[in-house]
Amino acid sequence: MSGDDSGNGEAGTGNRTVSDGWVAGARSRTATSGIAENVLFEYLLRLADDRLVLGHRLSEWCGHAPILEEDIAVANIALDLIGQASALLKLAGDVEGKGRSDDALAYFRDAIEFRNAQLVELPNGDFATTIVRQFLFDAWDVLVLERLTASSNATLAGIAAKALKEAKYHLRHSAEWVRMLGDGTTESHQRAQRALDDLWPYTTELFLTDDVDRAVAANGAGTDAEGLRPAWRQTVDRVFGEATLTIPKDGFTPRGGRTGRHTEHLGRMLADMQSLARAHPGASW
Amino acid sequence: MTDESALSTAAPGGGSIETQWDLWEVFTQEGAGAPHEHAGSVHATTAEHAMQNARDVYARRGKVVSLWVVPTASIVASAPSEAGPLFDPGNDKAYRHPQFYKTPRGVRGL
Amino acid sequence: MTDQNPAASRPAASPVASPADVAKVAEFEARIERGESIEPKDWMPDRYRKQLVRMMSQHAHSEIVGMLPEGNWITRAPSLRRKMVLLAKVQDEAGHGLYIYCGTETLGVGREELVDQLLTGKAKYSSIFNYPTLTWADIGVIGWFVDGAAIVNQTMLAKASFGPYARAMVRICKEENFHKKQGYESVATLASGTPEQRAMVQDAVNRWWWPSLMMFGPSDKDSPNSAELIRWRVKRDTNDTLRQRFVDLTVPQARAVNLTLPDPDLRYNDETEHWEFGDIDWKEFQEVISGNGPCNRERLAARRKAHDDGAWVREAAEAYAAKRQAADAA
Repeated sequence: MSGDDSGNGEAGTGNRTVSDGWVAGARSRTATSGIAENVLFEYLLRLADDRLVLGHRLSEWCGHAPILEEDIAVANIALDLIGQASALLKLAGDVEGKGRSDDALAYFRDAIEFRNAQLVELPNGDFATTIVRQFLFDAWDVLVLERLTASSNATLAGIAAKALKEAKYHLRHSAEWVRMLGDGTTESHQRAQRALDDLWPYTTELFLTDDVDRAVAANGAGTDAEGLRPAWRQTVDRVFGEATLTIPKDGFTPRGGRTGRHTEHLGRMLADMQSLARAHPGASW
Repeated sequence: MTDESALSTAAPGGGSIETQWDLWEVFTQEGAGAPHEHAGSVHATTAEHAMQNARDVYARRGKVVSLWVVPTASIVASAPSEAGPLFDPGNDKAYRHPQFYKTPRGVRGL
Repeated sequence: MTDQNPAASRPAASPVASPADVAKVAEFEARIERGESIEPKDWMPDRYRKQLVRMMSQHAHSEIVGMLPEGNWITRAPSLRRKMVLLAKVQDEAGHGLYIYCGTETLGVGREELVDQLLTGKAKYSSIFNYPTLTWADIGVIGWFVDGAAIVNQTMLAKASFGPYARAMVRICKEENFHKKQGYESVATLASGTPEQRAMVQDAVNRWWWPSLMMFGPSDKDSPNSAELIRWRVKRDTNDTLRQRFVDLTVPQARAVNLTLPDPDLRYNDETEHWEFGDIDWKEFQEVISGNGPCNRERLAARRKAHDDGAWVREAAEAYAAKRQAADAA
């Protein structure tokens, strides 16, 4: 099998689960020497890119948060997520076996090669949008990481164990803020409800399953998030209930991030994030 | 000086005075068995909120194993003007200090 | 007599100084002379309290405004490590502002009022943060020069006579060393990097050197507050002494990485063992602190926007807490 980036190699992992023609047929642009490695590489990129993109979005708040204490809190979460992303990208590069560092993967892939869920690439919006997005992610993240602490890949298990402690704290913070905003003032309630209405559709993607998920779940390296949905619903239903917020009905369900089909927001975000590194390829910083 | 004294900390709820939330004092313990020491203050609303803020501001460098947060308004402090009557009599009562007592040498457990 | 609510009611508990309180002032100054710490509830001359509120709040404002020029490059940081280091540094600055605001609050002024003074332009903050960060190299140079200058200042302030200020400074000094180190490390990396990186960092040095020297403030003969502050051990060294200390530390550091400082008059004096330097353009300094620096308007506009946009959030937290209190009481 050749390490062929043109998409012609047979190691692609097309998404064949849904009747969504737009997503079907997407292939990994990086074939590696073995199917298992390729699948693990894909899976690690998904985990890493979620954190890199979300961490980056949160870092945009620095210096602009509603109060000093929150500047510090949001920076904390951003730092944790970017740190996790770096560790996961390093592991991904090792698994890929082509010598790509975490920075090479972070700064020199195009949007179409990113594997984050669309939820995390959306613009921050107001503080309510940021908090609701964070809570929806954190509630999912804790469940995923709990499973990954038992990964058959020892490095991934170690990363997950550390990240789980961080994620539990993130969840504590975002859940409390969901309550404060949902059950605060009329204005904060309206903003939080609007945020929930706008973001809810993007949560479906967190639980979609394809061949990559099934493969890593089967060999124990990763987990299939579909089975986590009930536990996730328990947490989010409880907290939104305490916050007097109403969960919208399921309807429109955007998807595609896991195979590189993103919203237009990601390209713009990466243009900002990657511009300097790309202006000086090969330089050390 | 009276200008500043008229404008004290947070007024409750929204209203026309913009608030930066109530003031809380933070105490950190840096290891099991160590005393809790005053680290500084944070602004927060509920106790849970204060705990999180205190952790982010004073415990993010990881040397802390326990945190106390107390509303500043709950702290009762001695006034400097009473320091004499409150503390000096204790200073000159040597019998409260172990060094006052002469004990036979070589006796253990004292 | 005990005091409830020490922070909010401290000024009411402490008597206001009057000209007749000569004995009180003498005892106060004797305490300072003995090297004692003045704590918030101790008697202090009205002027001491005012000076400290001014100094501390200016310092806190500087930390907060200082988040903006550096924050400008977080999203474009060119490596994950640099991204995290910069984010952690800016986060620390928020924390430093917070420590010092809390220290100022012990003197009986609420943070709302302090924030209001900054946003309405009534309060000053360090001139240096009114300059733009034009390239990534500016970030390293700021860590090296600006944090370096701050360390010189703060090391002195860690022995200030006012307890809460000194304690905040001790905490800050511990954290600040990482800031300067990572800045200099970045500068060294750029200086030994590609030709473009070397040009970038030399250009940043050329733009930040003189404003950094101005950070220490005018010569003490032109600084009205200095003498009193030194007598009261709030400052322990003159502006000129601190500036000279900074220059002496920094010149060898520049040479070590083959960067030149934009001062043709810089020369080592073997007798005094100091680096002599050229004249500072104090007209530029005056312009910048009067609001006419390159970024003054943007900095304040950004802070005002964050504050205004955040009002509903702060109110929501308050409202939620009030509801919980009512529920608990019921």
